[in-house]
Amino acid sequence: MGMLGNLRKTTRSHILTYAIVVVAYVVLQCLVSTHSISYFLGGLLVPVCVYVCLSISLNLVVGVSGELSLGHAGFMSVGAFSGLAASICLRGVVGPDPLRLAIAIVVAGVMAAIAGIVIGLPVMRLRGDYLAIVTLAFGEIIKNLLNNLYLGVDANGLHFSMESSRALGLQRGIVIIDGPQGASGVDKLSTLLAGFLLILFTLTVVLNLVNSRTGRAIMAVRDNRIAAESVGINVTKYRLIAFVVSATLAGMAGALYAMNYSTVVPKKFDFNTSILILVFVVLGGIGNIRGGIVSAALLTLLPEMLRSIGDYYMLIYAVVLIVVMIATNNARVRSAFDALRDRLRRRPGDGPTLSAGAANGGGTHEQ
Amino acid sequence: MSSEDRDKREPMGDVGDAVLECQHLGIEFGGLRAVNDLNLVVGRTQIAGLIGPNGAGKTTVFNLLTKVYQPTHGTILLDGQDTARMSAAKVSKAGIARTFQNIRLFSTLTVEENVRVGLHNQVECGMWSSILRLPRFWASEREYHRRALELLDVFGMADNADDVAGSLPYGAQRRLEIARALATNPKLLLLDEPAAGMNPSETAGLMEAIAHIRDTFGVAVLLIEHDMELVMGICEKITVLNFGEVIGSGTPADIQGNPQVIEAYLGKQDAREGGE
Ligand SMILES: Nc1ncnc2c1ncn2[C@@H]1O[C@H](COP(=O)(O)OP(=O)(O)O)[C@@H](O)[C@H]1O
Ligand SMILES: [Mg+2]
Repeated sequence: MGMLGNLRKTTRSHILTYAIVVVAYVVLQCLVSTHSISYFLGGLLVPVCVYVCLSISLNLVVGVSGELSLGHAGFMSVGAFSGLAASICLRGVVGPDPLRLAIAIVVAGVMAAIAGIVIGLPVMRLRGDYLAIVTLAFGEIIKNLLNNLYLGVDANGLHFSMESSRALGLQRGIVIIDGPQGASGVDKLSTLLAGFLLILFTLTVVLNLVNSRTGRAIMAVRDNRIAAESVGINVTKYRLIAFVVSATLAGMAGALYAMNYSTVVPKKFDFNTSILILVFVVLGGIGNIRGGIVSAALLTLLPEMLRSIGDYYMLIYAVVLIVVMIATNNARVRSAFDALRDRLRRRPGDGPTLSAGAANGGGTHEQ
Repeated sequence: MSSEDRDKREPMGDVGDAVLECQHLGIEFGGLRAVNDLNLVVGRTQIAGLIGPNGAGKTTVFNLLTKVYQPTHGTILLDGQDTARMSAAKVSKAGIARTFQNIRLFSTLTVEENVRVGLHNQVECGMWSSILRLPRFWASEREYHRRALELLDVFGMADNADDVAGSLPYGAQRRLEIARALATNPKLLLLDEPAAGMNPSETAGLMEAIAHIRDTFGVAVLLIEHDMELVMGICEKITVLNFGEVIGSGTPADIQGNPQVIEAYLGKQDAREGGE
């Protein structure tokens, strides 16, 4: 019973997570197809997918690896601008839009991975928790860098400058990134289907990674670094793997985000955005991937859904934030929820937790 | 330097078949010499003891051997291999495994997962195979499961495989730490106060287990312990530390008869034994 029971429990938890994503997609797609969705809500569908991906990927660092990253929006912006640049360069070269979007997302992932390695390698070699401060700085630096970056393309290839768009010396080409004005004339290639597929991809990568030799090594380092070293785990390597995979996935989500708008400015990817993503993770319960997905989706949609009630929506938004926070992070409230669920289902609940939460979540039926 | 003369050559150490050989090993913390000029030899499948009063530097010796601290003096030869430039992880791969005085389990992982992490360098499976769930991944997971349960079985913990490690009772946590250490397939197993917090029957079980481990896994064991019955009962060789220096070394009988040891250690801790 032991191992099989355990396997089934984890598998069941994963199936439920995938099922929530699939069902949500099917419902939304039906609403879109039958035009029974409001204009505002329709515009939020891709951003919801983007934030869900960001929440899942940040959980890999914050929940699974147990480290604080405050620069997730930085990797998002690296992916956003490299992805949209790729899509503009491929205009007319690659025919079908979905293929062009896919290539742009891959380019975005590669660029964000490089940024992740450049940032992560020196930090991870240090003993101690320097990641928060370095990623915070990275987020600001990349924003300022992009604010001063001019990128254009013409028949001779790519041109870039840190001064002005005129300094690019383009011959009948197009300016892709125009400093603080960002990118305009971006092709809106992103769709709800693309967002759904990217969520599935992100989810699969993270869950498969976590439930493997690599994931166990990452969690071992989180739980006890000295013990992990003592059994031969290369701590730097596994901290870096978690960080770079997370950055890569954030970059891919950034590309999806960028190609949902015709204009993208660097200012969008600031510290507030990084904190917003962190809030999704914390509200969902650190290390709880499913919780992070739900909180990202709800908190992205909520302001829009509450818009109809006018000025009070910020108030309700705040109250919901507090309630969700208490519900997901307070052991007593959570065990009450679990008990309720158990009673409804008449069998013990299995939490989707991957981390510290597992200890609390699993203990409910013992009390 | 007087201690050096005394312990230059270990009475029991057959250097030709030593798994561990430390020479003039030492470390300073600020001005404090926590370990000074330590010469220590452990034979290939020997059970050796490291004893001494609290604060003598025993745990520090383990931390030097496993590179939690980098020694400031001396050399460590593991099976003839100099570990000077090795990291803690490399030392594990080279063949030293340990437990900790203050238990250090991966407390949010399950019992089986703890042992699986111990098997990290014994069963390979790359990141890409895992993400893509290639056949390689499934084969390695089966191997992990089989070997982890085999080890847990030795410690009578197979039924607890799915329990969260942090929720285990104290004695079980200590046994799990030993199982995890053995999973790394070591040549030398370091046990830091394995019987601490155990009741007499648990301690008796532990003594049996240690002898059994040595015989079945063919490892050398170096253990730190305050329980004199355990130490004198199973150790073939004992080294006594006081204030970071070796004050005696030899068979249990030698140690019990060594006046310096009796005064520094046994005399204080257990007057009756020392007085005889
Ligand atoms: N990291 C450290 N920094 C400073 N002093 C230390 C450190 N680790 C150990 N010591 C000191 O070294 C001495 C030996 O400690 P330890 O090896 O833990 O003794 P024990 O023999 O009880 O295991 C103690 O005086 C302790 O305070
Ligand atoms: Mg100690």
